[in-house]
This record gives sequence, structure tokens and C-alpha cells, in this order.
Amino acid sequence: MKRFFLKFPHWFFHYALLSLIALICIFPFWWTLVTAISTEGNLFEFPPTFWPQGVSLENFSEVFRVIPILAFYRNSLLITLATVVGKLVICSLAAYPLSRMQFRGSKLILGIILATMILPSEVNFLVNFISMTRLGFVDTYTGVVLPNLVTAVSILLLKQAFDEVPQDLLDAARVDGANEWTIFYRIVLPLITPWLATVGILTAVEAWNDYIWPSIVIAKPEDFPLSAGILYLRGTYGSSTRVIAAGTILTVAPILVAFLFTQRFFMRGMDGAVK
Amino acid sequence: MKQRLSATPIAYLFLAPALLLLAAFSFWPVFYGSYLSFTDFSLIRETHWVGLDNYRALFENAMFLTGLKNSLLFLLVVPFTQIGAISLALLVNHQLPGMRWFRAAYYVPVVTTVSVVGIMWGFMFHEQGTLNYVLLKLHLIAAPLGFLSDDVLALLAIMFVSFWRGLGWYMVMYLAALQSLPSEMQEAAILDGANRWQRFWRITVPMLYPTIMVCSIMSVLAALKAYQEVDVLTQGGPMNSTFTALYYAYDQGLKHLKLPRGLAASFVVSVCCIGIAFVCLKYLKPRHRE
Repeated sequence: MKRFFLKFPHWFFHYALLSLIALICIFPFWWTLVTAISTEGNLFEFPPTFWPQGVSLENFSEVFRVIPILAFYRNSLLITLATVVGKLVICSLAAYPLSRMQFRGSKLILGIILATMILPSEVNFLVNFISMTRLGFVDTYTGVVLPNLVTAVSILLLKQAFDEVPQDLLDAARVDGANEWTIFYRIVLPLITPWLATVGILTAVEAWNDYIWPSIVIAKPEDFPLSAGILYLRGTYGSSTRVIAAGTILTVAPILVAFLFTQRFFMRGMDGAVK
Repeated sequence: MKQRLSATPIAYLFLAPALLLLAAFSFWPVFYGSYLSFTDFSLIRETHWVGLDNYRALFENAMFLTGLKNSLLFLLVVPFTQIGAISLALLVNHQLPGMRWFRAAYYVPVVTTVSVVGIMWGFMFHEQGTLNYVLLKLHLIAAPLGFLSDDVLALLAIMFVSFWRGLGWYMVMYLAALQSLPSEMQEAAILDGANRWQRFWRITVPMLYPTIMVCSIMSVLAALKAYQEVDVLTQGGPMNSTFTALYYAYDQGLKHLKLPRGLAASFVVSVCCIGIAFVCLKYLKPRHRE
């Protein structure tokens, strides 16, 4: 046994273990991709197909035929963009005074914002749906976006970013007679661009992936975002596994590509959350 | 420092949009929702106060009680996720080639929307699916299992998917914490002849304690509130055996339009969550290091 361990260096086992776990994380995606681009091979028969057979894009064109997937893409993009822009504006506005201004009740306000992290928010949508009905925002993207514009985590991350800006810069600007808005907009905000990017990307993923709330607010299936639309595809074309697989690939592809290019922002976002 | 009090109105102008939205969509639902859970509210009728009727009905309802039991069983996911995530973070916290790609691979499930996760694992769990094939080949089972059609296995399958989704998220949290630990103590311990095992238990774990705490509490709350996985995998079936408490709230409130009943259920879950968070924060405060 000992000789065996000596023959195979330590790093071999290290990589073997890492690869096995990676396989468990990635395999469902691989299987779905293989199923989507294949037209032949076993489907729910032993042995399963692990490599594409009879490759064609037929299943994808079928997706385009049976559901308005281009509309889903547009809807997802619209919701995501609106959420990201809205959240960055509103949360950075809120984080600035909490970090850089001394005012009456600042501790209380911070406490109130923190309290929303403990509040049971998971099923807020039950009441939010009533509110949206009363406000007349049912079946509109305003209704989808509004409740997702402010989160305590984003405010805290941005507050932390503002905290890191040197006080001298602000003092100098005040001496020159700049008002708070100018300091905020012209001096401090440009300095925290990397943090804005982090919050923006985390928000984009959340908004793109949210499926429960949009499917509650939006009544017409053609107005669904992708995440809700894909379940609609499964609901209406339940029997055609390959078409559903193709739709699934079309849904995850953009987010996975975006993730691979912006990995470092995810790691940094977490860093702030722990502190 | 030398701020004038005239800053106050300006500060509130900056804060106003965020506070308004929080009030409308975070606080109002909690208070108004709790109130509605004591009424017979419906969008088409007049509302009447019914006292504890909804709660009484809740605790006489077999579906809700199953849900509550399942939500508690869901806590079993927590130790697996946390220990798995710490181990994974230690495994990828090396300066070896390719680590960046492994980290990315483990994080992919986190950035995937739940609806897609549900569809993909539906494929995997199929009676003639890959998972059954692998288990058969390894001679772990004699005949294919109905992962989503057997009442006990279905809940386990949902819990596994929840574990699968959470692993990467907590791994990144631990990884960030590991990388911010000062290395002097490790180096001193190496000089003193401490082995890997001792260094892990005597240095790394105590220094990670605050992170372990935060992650465990988050994980416990997430487990108690799990319902999206149920929605995309089984919708509570087979025979209502995979209901969780919050899925019951969702199911009653939105699918059956019994809003007060759903709100009462969610209120019960919330009270449990707040209670647990409070206990954890009180008794598990990070120990002071000498």
C-alpha cells in the first residue's frame, strides 16, 4: 500500500478527487447538451448516451417554433437591465450618506436596513402580489422589477466601498465649495466603479434567474422571461425531452458564458458579504 | 466629523427611494401579511377578522404537518453542505494549475436558475436515467429506483439537489475567509513541528469560526425556507409527501388562492426562523481569541 502511494504522487489523488466532484457538478449540463444536439441514441434507456449521436440543430429550431423564445430573451434582458440600473442608482444613493454623512438617526436607519435581512422575506410575494394588484402593476415589468430594486446586502457592499474612499478627497472638495451631490456624483462614485460592477453582476444573475415572482406577476406566457418560459415549455411539450433539453441549453448558455468571463466579481462579492 | 446638522435633510433625500421601496415591499408584506393571516381575506369579498381560525386549521391539516416535518428533516442538508464546502474550499485553496477552473465548475450550479436545475435533475432522476444506470453498474442497487416517485426517496432527491446548489456558494464564502487568514501562525506552527492535522484543528478551524457561524446560520435558515426545489422537481408529490412548510404556504396562497392560510403557514415558518437566528446569535457568538 505504501509503495502504491509513493508511485502515485499526492497531487494525483488531489486532482482525481477534484475531478470527481466537478463531474457531479457539471454532468447534468453535459447530459442535457448531448440530448439537445442529438437526434439518435438512447433516451431514458440503458445504457444512457454520453456522447452526441446524429448531431443536428433540429431540436433547437423546434424550440424556436413552439415557444416565443426570442421574446423570452428580450423580456429577460429588459427585466435584468432595469433591475441592475435601478438597483445601482437607488442603493448607491442610500449607501453614500450611511457611509459618509453624519445625520440624525443614521444608526436607526442602518438598523432598519439590516433588519430586512432577518425579516422573513421568502414569501413576501404573497402580499406583494396584492400590492401590485392595487397599484395596477400586475402584468407589467414595473411590477416584476420594483420589489427587487433594494436589498440590504447591496447597500452594505456599497457602503463598504464608500468607506474605503480617503476622507481627504471629500474634505478637499468641501473646501472648494462642492455640495454633497457633486461630491457623490463627480468624485466618490467614479472611485467605486469596481464595486458597482460587482453588485451589478450579482444582481444581473439574480434578476435573470428569478422565476417565481415573474411568473406570478406576468399573466401572458409570451411576456415571461426565460427562467419562467422554460417551465412553460416543459408544461406544454412535456413529452419531447430533446426539445426541452434544447430549450434548457438556450436558457443557461448566456448566464454560463457571462459567468465564465466575470468569475472574479463573484469571488469578490462573497468576500464583502462575509465581513 | 465636523458635520453640520443641516446635512440631515440631504441625507434623507439620498435615502428616500431605498427606504420607500423597503417599506413598501419588505416591511409592509410582513406586517400586513401577519394581520391578514387572522382574517378571511380574499380579493373579491369583504374581509372579516377570524382570530386564530387559520392557525387552528393549519395545525389540523395533514399536508401542513407533513410540510413542517419535512422542513425540519431538511436541516439534515446543513452539516453535509457545510462540511462539504469547507473541505472543497481547502481542496481548491492551492497554488496548483487549473484551480481556477475547478472553482468555476463548482460554482456553476449556483448561477443556474432553479427552473433549469429542476428540469436537468428531473432527467438525471428518471427511472431509466443516468443516476440509476451508474448505481446499477456499481452494484449499489439491484433494480432501478423511482427517485421522484417514491415518497421517501423523493424528499432525499430534493434535499440532494439543494445540497448540490449550495455547495459552490458556501465554498466561495470559505475560500474568501481562508485567503484572508494571516499565514504567520501557520508558519510558526510548522516551525514548532505541528502536523497538518493539528494545524487544521488548532489554527484554521478556530480562525474560521466566525465564517462557519455565519454560513451555518444562513444554511439553517435556507433549509427551513426551502420550497423552490420542491416546486420544480415534484410540486409536492408523490401523494403530497414532499411538501415543505413554505411550499405549503406557496401552494395554498397562490395556487389555491387561500391567501390567509398561506400567510399563516409562512408566519409559522418565520417565527421558527427568527427564533433560531436569535438563539444562534446569542449562544454561538465568536469566541474571543487570546
